[in-house]
Amino acid sequence: MTINKELNGSELTIGLVGRLDTATSPQLEEEIKAIGSDVNKLVFDMKELEYISSAGLRVLLSAQKMMKNQGSMVLRNVAESINEILEVTGFIDILTIE
Amino acid sequence: MKELSIEAKKDKLNDVLAFIDTELEIMGCSMKSQMQIDVAVEELFVNIASYAYEGDDGNAFIKIDTDPDNSKATITFIDEGVPYDPLKKEDPDVTLSAEERPIGGLGIFIVKKTMDDVIYTHEDGKNILTIIASTNK
Repeated sequence: MTINKELNGSELTIGLVGRLDTATSPQLEEEIKAIGSDVNKLVFDMKELEYISSAGLRVLLSAQKMMKNQGSMVLRNVAESINEILEVTGFIDILTIE
Repeated sequence: MKELSIEAKKDKLNDVLAFIDTELEIMGCSMKSQMQIDVAVEELFVNIASYAYEGDDGNAFIKIDTDPDNSKATITFIDEGVPYDPLKKEDPDVTLSAEERPIGGLGIFIVKKTMDDVIYTHEDGKNILTIIASTNK
């Protein structure tokens, strides 16, 4: 997986490319831990994300919990196949999808 | 039917998925079905790798089979570790808010929700978990 980061003032966009699975989730977890307290909006650009498993969902949930304390978090450009995984897990209701 | 015997270690996940995906492609499996099957295979293999042998070395045996018209894939996971029926695990409450949702407990729930059928048996000291999935979703 490739993680592209773009900081624009206090808004951080993280572009996810490839697969967010058991093997790659720790990489994203590290990136999220490193987010400064001055970031008040976190955007995940999922346009090029091809796959997500529960390991990836766990990282998104912990990111959501963290951002709740310092601002907001949104997912953008979610593919249909990924949207379905979000749907069956109820994540569609707890995450903000634009 | 194709079989794979592989060390039950998380870093073997890519080999497991490559084995499964090769067979699914031969069956003409749709992209959507393939993703759901891959997610289920990942959850079940990682479960075995994490818990079955309690830190000791051990193998996972994975079999994949299809029906005559390639519309369903049957995948079986066998390990010789601690008896464990993942289907007994309580489903997470998917109506809770982000703050209330525990991190974890999702894997087997996704498997149950996306697969047509999930069957667990324990025979001759082996955990046998079978998933049946449509290949044309």
